[in-house]
Amino acid sequence: MKTNRNLVVGAALTGFFTIAALISFLWVPYDIEALNIADRMKTPSFSHLLGTDHFGRDILSMVMIGARTSIAVALVAVGIGMGLGVPLGLAAAARKGSLLDELIGRGNDLVFAFPSLLIAILITATFGPSALNAIIAIGIFNVPVFARLTRGSALSIWKRDFILAARVSGKNSAQISVEHILPNLSSLLIVQGTIQFSLAILAEAALSYVGLGAQPPTPSWGRMLADSQTMISLAPHLALAPGLAIVFTVLGLNLLGDGFRDVFDPRLRRGRT
Amino acid sequence: MKFKALTSAAALVVLAGTAQADTGLIVGLQLEPPHLDPTSAAAGAIDQVLYSNVFEGLTRFGPDGSVNPGLAASWDISEDGLRYTFNLREGVAFHDGTAMDAEDVVFSLDRARAEDSTNAQKALFAEIEGVEAVDPTTVRVTLSTANGSFLFNMAWGDAVIVASESIENIKTNPVGTGAFKFSNWVQGDQIELVRNEDYWGTPANLETATFKFISDPTAAFAAMMAEDVDVFYSYPAPENLPQFEADARFEVLVGSSEGETILAINNLMEPFTDVRVRKAVAHAIDRQAIIDGAMFGLGTPIGTHFAPHNPDYVDLTSNSQYDPELAKSLLTEAGYPDGFTTTLKLPPPSYARRGGEIIASQLRAVGIQTEISNLEWAQWLEQVFRGKDFGLTIVSHTEPFDIGIYARPEYYFQYDNADFQSLIKDLTAETDPAKRSELIAMAQTIISNDYVNGYLFQLAVPTVVKAGIQGIWSDAPTQAIDLTAVSWSN
Repeated sequence: MKTNRNLVVGAALTGFFTIAALISFLWVPYDIEALNIADRMKTPSFSHLLGTDHFGRDILSMVMIGARTSIAVALVAVGIGMGLGVPLGLAAAARKGSLLDELIGRGNDLVFAFPSLLIAILITATFGPSALNAIIAIGIFNVPVFARLTRGSALSIWKRDFILAARVSGKNSAQISVEHILPNLSSLLIVQGTIQFSLAILAEAALSYVGLGAQPPTPSWGRMLADSQTMISLAPHLALAPGLAIVFTVLGLNLLGDGFRDVFDPRLRRGRT
Repeated sequence: MKFKALTSAAALVVLAGTAQADTGLIVGLQLEPPHLDPTSAAAGAIDQVLYSNVFEGLTRFGPDGSVNPGLAASWDISEDGLRYTFNLREGVAFHDGTAMDAEDVVFSLDRARAEDSTNAQKALFAEIEGVEAVDPTTVRVTLSTANGSFLFNMAWGDAVIVASESIENIKTNPVGTGAFKFSNWVQGDQIELVRNEDYWGTPANLETATFKFISDPTAAFAAMMAEDVDVFYSYPAPENLPQFEADARFEVLVGSSEGETILAINNLMEPFTDVRVRKAVAHAIDRQAIIDGAMFGLGTPIGTHFAPHNPDYVDLTSNSQYDPELAKSLLTEAGYPDGFTTTLKLPPPSYARRGGEIIASQLRAVGIQTEISNLEWAQWLEQVFRGKDFGLTIVSHTEPFDIGIYARPEYYFQYDNADFQSLIKDLTAETDPAKRSELIAMAQTIISNDYVNGYLFQLAVPTVVKAGIQGIWSDAPTQAIDLTAVSWSN
């Protein structure tokens, strides 16, 4: 089998930032909570590979811990979206045409009707800005994405013969949904999950940029960008580091998602070989 | 270079069509006034646009903070200091053509001190017992107790003279006696003033004056670089100032302001009720690091709530030297050997946002953990200023001579000291300059020794001016951008 280029590049980029985030738990080059004003806005050098920011903090350390913030927020937010969206979608598909199906469907429409970032701003403005509220906000607009995807795909599987067989053998619809429908959806959910993950990282950066995400001193790529905005003509590396980190993480996740889809989708695979 | 071209292009798109003639001036400001009545709101932006330009008081502030004659050409004070007789200027008219006479002064002062007055600084008028018009150009003000700063009080933007004929629409169509007339307000964008051709004094050099509101620091930088504005008052991003200084097209004026920037402490919240804890906070702070890190070096360290450029200022910074070891031992003494956790609520200006991160790091070094929340002004006023729901906050108090707020136990940092309150009462009643200086020094020392708040630095006001403009105030003795004497040199 030929190796999939998207998958390899995507996995490499995603892996790179994930490993950076994991390493940051054990070790970062410099303590980012200790400010060193005298050493501020230094350009990249051997002692500070990405230079220092306007408080004299090491930007490499900031970007590493920022990766942790971004990945953690995205992971939990997508987790919320999947954890609530998939069961809702399965339930709606199992009871197609019922009142439950209608309620779930219209509920999804309602959440979808608001632009996602607007919901996030609404939630964080009401309950105060924090990483937790950002997670909840991003999680909520992930729910209908997964609910709709699951319902649509589950409906087509419900029509298959092996489901009929399972039903004849006496299983109820909840058992069928978990034992037979869900495994058949897993590849689809992994692909969608990867894409949503990249969107969640963008959303977290956007919320932090406007000051509604993780609060200082927790580093966040979005806030690093916002902080360096007025200094962009003085010290462009301040904005470049978090900016490129966002770009490459999101690019990596998108390529990974594409790669997964190529691998999992039998029709495309047949076309390739 | 490429970047410059890009920002200029972006700014041109945003601010197209505002090219100035040499007889007009466009002033950039960060905040837009909520309305245009200086006598009914505390918002500094109202005075910045209107003070002295459109509205005038009996007395007025000069560029150095001195109190000069305004609509009152001269005055006599009775021996006991209780009766002020103001001789008004002759032939002064409001912009709508009605005459400004003694009746208007009586109306303005009575309106400001009335029970139902919405004046933001009612304390300025507290000692007034009666105002009467002796004849059309003479007003007599009687005070209940002598007040050494009465003429100073009358120079505030909150004490300007308004007319009963035009009071109804003052919030949208202000009618004053100044050298400029209000012309137009495009909400969210700009306010235009035009020269008052019938001004009683020296007419303004500028034909028009436009105040443009640009809240975003990046947009302010672009607008200035593209020369879409001629002056940017209180330029919001100090890190950009070296670029303007290096550019021959611009001049940077760094003036002193009345803004005491403090780390306000909620004196009624545990554990800040203990003076040792407040003292520990004061000693944990490295002022110079904050000035360098948050303001890029602009600002003067202060050790009490008083402006260093004032002759009565006492340098008490040594009272709260940076000494983290002392701070730690004070915390141990107060029963917090492992420190404690509190909130640090920060309003939008960069002195607060950046200063907050630096202070959080300095407090962490002595064991005090802070939960930072960044608030918008409306939220800050709601939660901190009115709700008093905060442990620590950073804010700049820009009113001149405002040490009296420490005598108000209901004020947001909730400092209640009876000795201090009676001292301020004595100070208000005292008219002898030497005695006043002595009392002012005592007041400064009390609040410094009590570590009411962490005193950080006096805010500097950087104003970026296009080369060739003369007469812009560099200092900010009050919230004013007085354009009456501004001109282009070419």
